[in-house]
Amino acid sequence: MKITKEIIELHGLKSDEYSKIKLLMNREPNYLELGIFSAMWNEHCSYKSSKIHLKKLPVKNKNVIQGPGENAGVIDIGEGDAIVFKIESHNHPSFIEPYQGAATGVGGILRDVFTMGARPIALLNSIHFGDPSNKKTKNLLNGVVSGIGGYGNCIGIPTVAGETKFNNTYNENILVNAMAVGLVNKKKIFYSKAKGINKAVVYVGSKTGRDGIHGASMASAEFDENSEDKKPTVQVGDPFTEKLLMEACLELMKKDSIISIQDMGAAGLTSSSVEMAFKGGLGIELDLDKIPCREENMSPYEMMLSESQERMLIILEDGKENEARQIFKKWDLDFVVIGKTTDTKNLSLKFKNEVVATIPIEALSSKAPLYDRKWVKKKFDKKKINLKEHKKIKFDKAFFELISSPNHSNKQWVTEQYDQMVMGNTIERSGADAAIVKIHQKDKAIALTVDSSANYCKSHPLSGGKQIVCESWRNLISVGAKPIAITNCLNFGNPENPEVMGQFAENILGIKEACEFLDYPVVSGNVSFYNGTNNNNIYPTPVIGGVGLIKNLNKIKNHKFKKIDSHILIIGKTFGHLDQSAFINELYNIHDGMPPEINLLNEKNNGEMILKLIANENINSVHDISSGGIIIALAEMSISSQVGVKIQKPQKISNIFEYFFGEDQGRYLIEVEKNNLSKVEKKLRENNIYFENIGTTQKDYFELEKDLKINVKELYELNNKWYNKFNGLNS
Amino acid sequence: MNSSVIVFPGSNCDRDVATALTNLQFKNKMVWHKDSELPKSDLIVIPGGFSYGDYLRSGAIAAKSNILKEVIKAANSGCLVLGICNGFQILIETGLLRGALLRNKDLKFVSKDINLKIINNENKFCNKYKKNSIISLNIAHNEGNYFTQRDHLKELEDNNLIPFKYCDKEGSINENSNPNGSLNNIAGILNNKKNILGMMPHPERMVDNLISNSNGVELFTSILS
Repeated sequence: MKITKEIIELHGLKSDEYSKIKLLMNREPNYLELGIFSAMWNEHCSYKSSKIHLKKLPVKNKNVIQGPGENAGVIDIGEGDAIVFKIESHNHPSFIEPYQGAATGVGGILRDVFTMGARPIALLNSIHFGDPSNKKTKNLLNGVVSGIGGYGNCIGIPTVAGETKFNNTYNENILVNAMAVGLVNKKKIFYSKAKGINKAVVYVGSKTGRDGIHGASMASAEFDENSEDKKPTVQVGDPFTEKLLMEACLELMKKDSIISIQDMGAAGLTSSSVEMAFKGGLGIELDLDKIPCREENMSPYEMMLSESQERMLIILEDGKENEARQIFKKWDLDFVVIGKTTDTKNLSLKFKNEVVATIPIEALSSKAPLYDRKWVKKKFDKKKINLKEHKKIKFDKAFFELISSPNHSNKQWVTEQYDQMVMGNTIERSGADAAIVKIHQKDKAIALTVDSSANYCKSHPLSGGKQIVCESWRNLISVGAKPIAITNCLNFGNPENPEVMGQFAENILGIKEACEFLDYPVVSGNVSFYNGTNNNNIYPTPVIGGVGLIKNLNKIKNHKFKKIDSHILIIGKTFGHLDQSAFINELYNIHDGMPPEINLLNEKNNGEMILKLIANENINSVHDISSGGIIIALAEMSISSQVGVKIQKPQKISNIFEYFFGEDQGRYLIEVEKNNLSKVEKKLRENNIYFENIGTTQKDYFELEKDLKINVKELYELNNKWYNKFNGLNS
Repeated sequence: MNSSVIVFPGSNCDRDVATALTNLQFKNKMVWHKDSELPKSDLIVIPGGFSYGDYLRSGAIAAKSNILKEVIKAANSGCLVLGICNGFQILIETGLLRGALLRNKDLKFVSKDINLKIINNENKFCNKYKKNSIISLNIAHNEGNYFTQRDHLKELEDNNLIPFKYCDKEGSINENSNPNGSLNNIAGILNNKKNILGMMPHPERMVDNLISNSNGVELFTSILS
């Protein structure tokens, strides 16, 4: 087939990129070769727009065993144990086909984790949808939630935490980010770097079909009105086969047979073979006649670009073939030697006894285009909100509206569709500041959280980047965990737009600054650009997945009030910052202004103080203050425990709305029993930690002087109202 | 006491049950679905999960597996058999237990802690529980909506073959406390000889106060006594 301008364009390649291909090949590529270039050079696989920025992130400290660049990041949690984790996006496929898109998102991220030798022990997710009153949103939410559940529940990994958010910015581009966490013996970690010449390259897992062809290219372009036509590019998941693949791989990993292993994710067989060969400085030769195919007459082009799920590529040590074959036979999976490693440094493909493609590996990887795209700094809107200029609203009414709004409603409707308890180690589930998962048969646990704050990142990408790292850190602290490291999923619009690229560049700087200050490095991640439709880009939405360590299982805290007549203290100073708050956003529909400032020094001091208070058993419960401010945080503590509060307004406050709905950062609520109060207050003063005592817990009523009084049972109902109604409309 | 946990390729609560059994001093063995022999067992557990993927009716293929032939033989000769969640579905498919497990009433997977009232404790599985006491266990299933014919239901009720029913915190058994639409809020049933129990809730998830609660322990210690 002659390579025409149209064919090049259809493959998502720019004309200068095509010229570069010709230069690297020293000739015109054939159609198959062009397909392979497009699969490797697209944004999703090559990180060509993001790489130079990502390099700025801190990726090392004493706990990091493996940073970005592998299938997932690895951190040391002591006693020979390590945690493998990563977050990844599946936004584009989920918008086109929500159930399968979300399900295969979970499947893909699980493979990244068990490829490294780890048994997955927890799943998390961050999902963002458009206007909830939009019918399409309901279908998408239903599909995505049941897809996430369908995959995780079947394979038997608990989905322990997540976030579900709504914002009109996602009307035409939803976000589905999935995170997987696994446990591995530090000495048995597997990597993707090939070693040695003439080693067997083995294909294991599901057969190859025509699903998902051009999936990665689809995820590297904006949507338009023809997005529906892209349905065939969405893969179909089979969690049962993934379970077999996982068990078989983990069984094989107990032996010393594997040189390297890589899952076939985006760009399937192409990217997995290229990646393994490139890392080892080798070539790879594949015989495509041997690929197990699900459909008849599949062409080399289709085989190389298929994104069929549940497949792996393994390079085996000599003489280990039979042993390995037996294990895959036991699990009823395909096991075929499809090629070998070579010293040619080429990707060489044979089909029907003919060489059908020969491409230098480097041309597909290290020589892929790299862009320092033009970017502009965000112009700030420094106008501050003045409540006096807007309609008056009663405090209790505002509170009731916010606590029953889609974004602040109880998310049980979502989380009850996920098995959170399978594997028997989930100590704290969804709804807490962070989930807690016990390490099987050990006296320690890890804490896990995913967080995002698109509103802040949109109005001030630098500060938003810092904030989201701090929020993640704070959530782990709140359950008594020492934060160790993060994984990030960077969801942005079109990088060819200098404003979007500016959001990305500044956001990365913010993440970098906070990670460095808090010694909270980035060990893995994923970039998803082109989240936009017809030139409408989504708000910049970095999602941070954080992992922390709990060494003493008796020193765990949650946000449920434990007793009545306890004192409630706010740690950290309240200035009453309302711009970009949930209150202003949802009740006044105002979306401009600056987000709250981040003071990293206070953040660190306050957090470390909380950990000390937990370690000394001075406090009963802890909750971080985030979206919705003090009053929403208090409500969450009351709703989860069914214990009421009696709150007094501090005397100096100028405005009750600013004080209770403001979203100043670095703050926590703590519950302190009466007999511990003086001890705790003394400790806080000695350490120069700002705090305020705002009242006590009480039976039955959630109460703020004359401004608000509601029975906690009614408050619970109010918090559940929205999803119950949503569920009703769907059944 | 010797126990065997049957492992299908898609079982995913096998390790959890085995951990609970071993911690409670059972001598436990894992038995692969392709095996055609059962080790000497006083108790056979068919754990939760998705046996062979359950893309067909849950448990339908598992009921025809090699090892199930042996389980049926053992059950018929009086061995104790406990089927949890998918295990219950498989027992129904084999005919060892009667009735059907339909899709949940709201057509969604449901995973949460529920309350159960101990209706009958005069059997090998529940004798450590107090009659009419309320315990909390976790459920996680898509097809747990128990249904059976009217005369069989009467038989179950009359012969004390329903060990527990879904209830609320106060013990009321009603529609609001029914998580999946089960007939009469039934959460588990026994066969006539009371040596086979099928239940949707997961007792193995409730054996540690640090993680959840320990309400599931008595089910296993009942068997030991």
